[in-house]
Amino acid sequence: MKHLIPEFEKWKKRFPPGFDSAMVMLCVRRIQDDRGFVADSDIDGLAGYLGVPRMQIEEVLSYYTQFRRRPIGRWHVQACRNVTCSMRSAEKLIDHLARKIGVAPGNTTPDGRFTLSTVECLGSCGTAPVVMINDTYHENMSIEKLDELLEGLK
Amino acid sequence: MPGRQLIMNFPVTATSHTLADYLARGGYQALKKALAMAPQDITKEVTASGLLGHGGAAFPVGRKWSVVKLNDNQPHFLCANADEGEPGTFKDRWILEHAPHLLLESMLITSHALQVRNAFVYIRGEFDLPYRRLAAAVEEAYEAGYFGERILGTDFACDIVVVRGAGSYVCGEASGLLSSVEGKRGYPRNRPPRLTVKGLFQRPTVVNNVETLANVAGIITMGAEAFKQVGVAKSPGTQLVSISGHINRPGVYEVEYGYPLKKFLFDDCGGILGGGKLKCIIPGGISTKVLTAEEIEPLTYDKASLEAAGSQLGSGGMIAIAEGTCMVRLLQVMLRFYHHESCGQCTPCREGMGWMHRIIDRIVGGKGVPEDIERLYTISKLNDGTTICGMGDAAGYATVGILNKYRDEFEYFIEHKRSKLSGNLEAPVHA
Repeated sequence: MKHLIPEFEKWKKRFPPGFDSAMVMLCVRRIQDDRGFVADSDIDGLAGYLGVPRMQIEEVLSYYTQFRRRPIGRWHVQACRNVTCSMRSAEKLIDHLARKIGVAPGNTTPDGRFTLSTVECLGSCGTAPVVMINDTYHENMSIEKLDELLEGLK
Repeated sequence: MPGRQLIMNFPVTATSHTLADYLARGGYQALKKALAMAPQDITKEVTASGLLGHGGAAFPVGRKWSVVKLNDNQPHFLCANADEGEPGTFKDRWILEHAPHLLLESMLITSHALQVRNAFVYIRGEFDLPYRRLAAAVEEAYEAGYFGERILGTDFACDIVVVRGAGSYVCGEASGLLSSVEGKRGYPRNRPPRLTVKGLFQRPTVVNNVETLANVAGIITMGAEAFKQVGVAKSPGTQLVSISGHINRPGVYEVEYGYPLKKFLFDDCGGILGGGKLKCIIPGGISTKVLTAEEIEPLTYDKASLEAAGSQLGSGGMIAIAEGTCMVRLLQVMLRFYHHESCGQCTPCREGMGWMHRIIDRIVGGKGVPEDIERLYTISKLNDGTTICGMGDAAGYATVGILNKYRDEFEYFIEHKRSKLSGNLEAPVHA
């Protein structure tokens, strides 16, 4: 993570001086975006840089569902299964996804192409059902639209 | 649109979220006006406006702000809660995507009122476009001199940081949110002390919902008296309602408080999907109690009216549910969610959510026993008031709300090992 420190230094100017631990969430996310996951060496590096206990960063990593300690598939397909999406056929969509991708939710395909997850409300209920692929929301999804979308993800 | 508009009062275009367009709409004039006012006069104006919090608890904003003591020789913090995660709610997203500068200007005014040098926006980690829009607006605002030192040539200085969450429902609770900003697990904290006394890093901190804050600029521009003319006496102003579910025109609507609820559902939102009939609504996020079609008949959309009917305005996340929808399956989805999102800090919630989830799974799996209904009631009651944050209570309210009104569906499911209805959550198709 050392190469990211100049970037963190720039951010620091807008944080209240003396409260560096407020940067933990942003730094962890940046590290994960850079490497794809957070490695042991990142934890050591960040703990040293921000002057927070290593355990605090470990806690954050295990608490938040979006943070991960190991790599996942190139395309992270996250289907919402909360109330409104379920009322708009999300359950059928998820069954279809699992068949199509070939793994149950929570798993990665052996070729590392897809990771399939189910998630709770993504705040896209007006355009349900929603499937998030990497960072992008795909709204008003149907089986046909999804099939077309997955074809394009290599 | 249902009634007058204070926030969604401009046409959305490809550039309407930019600084140039915001300035053309009269943006940052309220900040100019506010910086010429004494900080306590801004709080007085907001208190006089009667503005209530729009995040779910409808707490009077002026009362929250008044707790912060000015000139007490310690830093104060402001945090906008953009961790919109209550199922059914997507209204703050509209502000973040389409009016990010309205939020920033309002936060600057609030920072001046509360002597805040460092402000934060805590935005949920999944929001990508809203984050990019907001982050771009922050850069535009810095560039134009609205943040940093000597803002608009005055002694006022303020910095802002957008912190991204990482997938935790509990971080939408104000103290859990501050734990997360501090770079920790998002564990809520016991009160007292109130966050306005000891909040972020043990300093006085105001946490307000995005929509709540977005109203501040307007209140300064038009004055408290004019603001109070919109809405009804006990609920002044408007509410961004995000409506979804079995409804023909889902989306975000700005509803003036006091607007007839039925008219909103059937005229503004086009009625029930597929020509169906309304069974019930969840008025403001799944943690608020359901209201049946008969119950909503005489209601207007405001705090007093919904509370008199035994529910709440909540987060403005309304879900319309059509006749034929299986309430047992609906509660199953809700309890799975609560179980998944319990942070695990308090035993009644950590264990109770799991118990409730397993009981409802058992019922849906055809293995329910008649005592299960009473068990759900008992666990809901055990959670009420025994946890640090309101999540345990909320799950109980939601459960009791559904059980009270649709008990027959649960009894039928347990006895016959199948749904009394189709067992589906999708809207039934009507010929």
